[in-house]
This record gives sequence, structure tokens and C-alpha cells, in this order.
Amino acid sequence: MRLAARQIDCGRKVGIVASSDDLDVQPETPLLKDLEEGPWPSFVKEIKSAAETNGMSADLLQQLELSYKEKQGHWKHGGIVGVRGYGGGVIGRYSDLPEKFPEVRHFHTLRVNQPAGWFYSSDAIRTICDIWERHGSGLTNMHGATGDIILLGTTTEELEPAFNELTAAGFDLGGSGSAMRTPSCCVGEGRCEWSCYDTMKLSYDLTQAYQDEMHRPAFPYKFKIKCSGCPNDCVASIARSDLAVIGTWKDEIQQDDEAVAEYAASGVDIQRDVCDHCPTRAMSWDGRHLTIRNEDCVRCMHCINVLHKALRPGKEQGAVILVGAKAPIVQGALLASVLVPFVRKEELLDTLKELLSRIWDFWGEYGNNRERVGEMIQRLGLANFLDGIGLDPVPQMVSEPRDNPYIYAHDIGGAK
Amino acid sequence: MPEFEVNGHTYEVDEDGFLQNPEVWDRNVATDFAKAEDINLLTDEHWKVIHYLRDYYLKFGVAPMVRKVCKETGFKLNYIYELFPSGPAKGACKLAGLPKPTGCV
Repeated sequence: MRLAARQIDCGRKVGIVASSDDLDVQPETPLLKDLEEGPWPSFVKEIKSAAETNGMSADLLQQLELSYKEKQGHWKHGGIVGVRGYGGGVIGRYSDLPEKFPEVRHFHTLRVNQPAGWFYSSDAIRTICDIWERHGSGLTNMHGATGDIILLGTTTEELEPAFNELTAAGFDLGGSGSAMRTPSCCVGEGRCEWSCYDTMKLSYDLTQAYQDEMHRPAFPYKFKIKCSGCPNDCVASIARSDLAVIGTWKDEIQQDDEAVAEYAASGVDIQRDVCDHCPTRAMSWDGRHLTIRNEDCVRCMHCINVLHKALRPGKEQGAVILVGAKAPIVQGALLASVLVPFVRKEELLDTLKELLSRIWDFWGEYGNNRERVGEMIQRLGLANFLDGIGLDPVPQMVSEPRDNPYIYAHDIGGAK
Repeated sequence: MPEFEVNGHTYEVDEDGFLQNPEVWDRNVATDFAKAEDINLLTDEHWKVIHYLRDYYLKFGVAPMVRKVCKETGFKLNYIYELFPSGPAKGACKLAGLPKPTGCV
């Protein structure tokens, strides 16, 4: 009875367990038990703890146990559910065994737009969790791969009420489907000394500028934008965003010779740990002085990361804009290619807006259904894509020179 | 299979409320489904979108891309959401009797 009383206190509308007696007779989940062993955090432990007060989590555990037993998933693919006025933000999920697990008959996910840099007050997190305990399973994913807050498991009937409470608390849904996805960024100037531009502001400004593109899908497929403050690329934008903005600098690495000497005196092997790891061998160390040939530097950040008290990014800061990365879903994985080698940080937002409108126009016109922009560039060729969006080719777009001496350009219709 | 009952008609639908059998569609279906989508009255503009979707589906066997719907009907996407509050896929396609559009989430 203690549990039943707690449920009423919470005002829970979803998945109320009939009585505490039912909880006592929940079948064991021997296969999941293994996943609770060991020193690491366990999702099974979390779901079990949620199942003490929530029927959805209880049925979720039982369905998962069955999936492990039968070596087969029991979620149906897809489902179109949503809230009024929005074409995305909700991912429909249905159990394919609704009679057996009635509480997870519906188990829809809500994507909620995260604050830039993932900064929250504890109060904000409590607000979200309280809303989700009232309208969903109480289980969350902090955060999904796109960067959104993921609220796992609710019914179709609870979508509108949950959405209304979230918006009243100042939150909004993120992107899903063939739309611009919620932009995300590293903490940037919020917490990091290397950031070459204000990633959080750029991410916020892009989010505000493209509300329509995010909430009302109109693209051939998903489109992700990620902003990293420096080439360390903490949000891995180069590997998983259709448009990556990575902070960089145009002038020379700032160097403090005294601090370099201190590193050497404290036992850092500068030749071995710094110079020998420079990918373009752009540094030399004579035992007293570190020389950097900046014209050969490819901005990999290695030397700065190792000698962080002595070296800093240059003063003329901005970002490089890259296009076309994706994780392997329909086709294989792609890394991004340089589109604009350098944009001053003051001009970033305007440049991006201009570039995005050209890219989206071209992709909308020539992209196939469910074809990422990077795949389209591969299919049509970078030269045609550049022509289509009105950019001139520059050497920085080439990742490395041709290395096969047996093919001549004139054989493949290139130079005459 | 869930059923959707309205105005004395009964339709077989999937869990998202899409018509199971696209062949049974007629204008009554659209009118019957409109209520469930918070549309009080189907105007000429609604019918323009519905007929475009229906004709495209019968010709090509799939729903058209959203960009194409906007281009061919001359309506901005925002306006289509005003006509069909759940949007072109979930709202307009449902009224046009198309099977549930597939897509990645």
C-alpha cells in the first residue's frame, strides 16, 4: 500500500500499477541480472528502480528479458505520432506483443531541445523529470547522439499534455525525421580556453533561426549541424554532422618560450612527445628553443594539448566549415570535406545562413529521398556540388594529393 | 486490428490511425477522418492537397516528398500545417487514405 500511496502523490497518469501486490509477483529476469553485476552503472538497475513505481518500466523489463531469451527485438519499426503543428520531435514506438506487455503497447520517445553546451540548473533537470514522471515512464536518456534530452516511453494520449507542460516550463521539442536536427555544440567559451569562437551562441542562434526547418520536416533526409570550438572537435562534428563548424586560427600559434623551457625542465621530452607527433613535422627542438613552421601547421592541436601552458591557438580566430559527414546507416560512414577553409568569427553566422540556404536549395532539388547531403555529393561529384551552390574550388578542399602514379589526368578526361 | 468508427462508418486502421486498405478511399473517408485531425471543415485548399497526394500515390505508389507537395500545390509548408495541424505526412496523407509514410526517425 505504501507504493500505491506514493503513486497518487506523484499524480502519475501513465502506467499506474494496480496494487503493490502485483509488484511482489513480478517475474524474475534472470538474463538481465547479469547486466547488473560488476562495478559499472547498469541500465537494468535504473529501469528496475523505475519499475517499483511505474508499470511501463516493469513491462519494459519483462519485454527486454524476453528479447534476450529469444534473441529478437520486440519493437515495431517506425510509427507516425506527434503533436499539433509539429512534424517531428516524437519518435513512435509500439511493442509487437501488446497483449503480453500492455503497459508498453505504446512507448513513444520525446526529443527535447537541449540548452547549448548542455548547461542546466539542477532545478531545470528536476522540472523535466517531474513532467516525465507525470506523463511518461520516468526514464530518460541524457543525452541522445544528436544532443537532445531523450524522454523515453509514453502513450499517444499523453503526448500533447507532456508537450504542453514542457513548453510552459520553457522547453521545446528537438528535430526528428527528414528535418534539420537540433544543432549541438561543445561547451566552447563556456568552459574551455581553446575555443576559437563562441560555439554556444552560434548553436543557439542557428536553433532560433531555423525553427521551421527543425519542427516541420521538408528535406530529403536528416541534416545535422555541430559546432566545435577548436580542432580537438569535442562534439566529433567532423565524423557525424552534415555541416561541421570547427574553430581554427589563421595566424601563428602563440608561443611562450619560458613556459616551454619549464616543461623541458620538468622532464617533458619535447622531441619525443611533441615534435615527433607533429603530423607535418612542422616543429623542431634544439634542446633550448622550440621552432614552429606555422605555414606547415595543419592545426591538429597536439602540441597545444601537450604544452598547454606554453602554446595557444593564434589570435586571428574563426572557423572552418565542412560538409557531408555521416554515420553508417543507409550507406557507409563518411568524414566531412572542407567547404570554406576560414571564416572570421564575427562573420560566421551570416556566412552559415547564406551557405545553408544554398546547400538546402540544391539538395532539396537534386537529392534523392533518404539521401544525406554527403552521399549526394559523392553521387554528383564535389565539382558539380560546388558549381550548384556557387563556390569556387580551393586547394584546402583536397584532403591529400593524388598518390597513384599510374593514372594520368588526361586519361580520365581531366587536364589536356 | 484497431477500428475507427465515425458517422456510422467503420474503418480498419493501423495503430497510428492510417487506413489499412487504401482502395476503400472515397471523399467520405477524408471527411470522416478530418474530425480526428481537428479539422472542422474541409475547404477547397484542403481538397487541393488531398487530391494531389491521392493522384501522386495512385500514379507512383508512394507519397511525394514534402518539397514537391509545397511546389505543386503552391502552399508554403507552414500553411499546410495550418490546414492539417499534424502536418503533411501524419495529417494530409491520412485523409488522402495513403498508407503510413515510412521514414527514418
